[in-house]
Amino acid sequence: MSNIKHFTKGFFKENPTFVLVLGTCPTLAVTTAAMNGIGMGLATTFVLVFSNLFVALLKNVIPDKVRIAAFIVVIATFVTIVDLVMKAYTPDLYKTLGIFIPLIVVNCIILGRAEAFAQKNTVYNSILDGLGMGLGFTLAITLMGSIREVLGNGSIFDIRLMSQEAKTILIFILPPGAFLTYGYLIAIMNRIKARYNV
Amino acid sequence: MAKLDSSFKNMLLSLTVISIGMSAALGFVYNLTKEPIAIAQKQKEVQAITEVLPEFDNDPTTSVKSVAGLSYYIATKQDQLVGYAINTFTDKGFSGRFTLMVGFKPDGTIHNISVLDQRETPGLGTKMKEPKFKDQFPGKNPAVDKLRVKKDGGSVDAITAATISSRAFCDAVQRAWEGYIANCIQDSIPVKAGSLPTDTISQSKGGNQ
Amino acid sequence: MELVKIIILALVVNNVVLAQFLGICPFLGVSNKVQTSLGMGAAVIFVMALANLVTFLIQFYVLNPLHIEFMQTITFILVIAFLVQVVEIILKKSAPSLYQALGIYLPLITTNCAVLGIAILAVQKDYNLVTSVVYASSIAAGFTLALILMAGIREQLELTGIPKGMKGFPISLITAGLLSLAFMGFANLVK
Repeated sequence: MSNIKHFTKGFFKENPTFVLVLGTCPTLAVTTAAMNGIGMGLATTFVLVFSNLFVALLKNVIPDKVRIAAFIVVIATFVTIVDLVMKAYTPDLYKTLGIFIPLIVVNCIILGRAEAFAQKNTVYNSILDGLGMGLGFTLAITLMGSIREVLGNGSIFDIRLMSQEAKTILIFILPPGAFLTYGYLIAIMNRIKARYNV
Repeated sequence: MAKLDSSFKNMLLSLTVISIGMSAALGFVYNLTKEPIAIAQKQKEVQAITEVLPEFDNDPTTSVKSVAGLSYYIATKQDQLVGYAINTFTDKGFSGRFTLMVGFKPDGTIHNISVLDQRETPGLGTKMKEPKFKDQFPGKNPAVDKLRVKKDGGSVDAITAATISSRAFCDAVQRAWEGYIANCIQDSIPVKAGSLPTDTISQSKGGNQ
Repeated sequence: MELVKIIILALVVNNVVLAQFLGICPFLGVSNKVQTSLGMGAAVIFVMALANLVTFLIQFYVLNPLHIEFMQTITFILVIAFLVQVVEIILKKSAPSLYQALGIYLPLITTNCAVLGIAILAVQKDYNLVTSVVYASSIAAGFTLALILMAGIREQLELTGIPKGMKGFPISLITAGLLSLAFMGFANLVK
């Protein structure tokens, strides 16, 4: 059962967003609403699982010197697949996330996992790792999105918590709010880690 | 299986094989999603037109005129003209261009407006999507009502703290109205929309900039 | 006039880091010292202008005529990675002193999402070749500006007492947030 830790570590101990601080661009950019967080997170998870799977499968036939180029080809392929599928079936979300869908290619989490994990581990473990990391990322940016949506817009998942007229702390859905929320969340995470020694 | 060493032949071979394999996969998915993408886009168009016009029973997307960046859709019910939906835009938005669909009834009054594509500031400019602002427009006729914000001497209440977005919104509606006058008015007499002179349609395509 | 507008918009109003959230990784990673920020900034300006030039040509002379626009992401990222390698090799051979100054930053640029992001955005915005390159250079200059400002502040932060939990990323992010707030003041500069 030791395999399971490859899956669980992504949620807290090695959370890509709050602990490894990777993939910061989408974390800051798309989290103006909780729903965007889920969409972006799941799209990234899909790419991450499949790129880990293929990198683990192909690791023996890719010569070392061209491995990064090969990884990029694999990753870019799955990103384009996600791009096309979202355009077809979730056009509204596709429009909201915009440029950040093709930019999953340069999300350091994905290349990072390919390089640090998938190319040294078995296919099965790589899938677990991809899934765990992806869902950890999803969870983290959904949390960010929820906080910003509640404070900045008075709603969560588009459900209104306050009346239309209520004053909200607008700054949280504007760009500065992204930096502030992210900064404080990492600080809280650091504190928790220090307190419970994990 | 041992890892392949980085000889030139191996590098070239593995990269080529991977690229070809991945391109094939992509081409496959592209063909698979091509139709759903087209359907999704058309659905969005039709949905916006439905929102801004009274009930119609033709397919307005089949007879689109495009003049100077604006698209004109003609909606009919039992061959009677019910109105025009105009896809209009403004470049004066807070974050640049945004697009609206404006529905005009044959007499020139606005039936409704739908916000298509915008990147205005969340919580401020985006309030143009909400009824409080948007519902000021239906029933007005730009020929008689001044569709400008009150600050500029018009009759529209601007969104609080988002005058730029409100002005831009009026600008887009005004552009649609001018387009309506120039391109729709001559055939706005309730005749069969199907009998629209085809040369107007082909002519105007060239004017699309 | 149109060009001036694009430059100001790209430089401060829609600052690539502080308003558009592109290139955050190098922004947080390399903004320790003003000196290194300058080096990184120069390398990014150079590569971004070049990347936009090449991707523009590829988009309009290869992808569009062949109707394979869906290959955009994969082509662009490979072109950028390739370009960075070529620039590195050429600089090493022909301008060793410049290579000394910029060399270590070049490999980092492939993973700078601003390069790919701006190449795609320029195509979406229907810019022509000249505007596209000017746009990319000003965006990159905006990136450099943010980087240098941030580095200046972080050099000062080194000398102040910061609560333990806030050290490192949290305080950097909060500083960036305040910078971003300040940059919002430019919002109405160009109309």
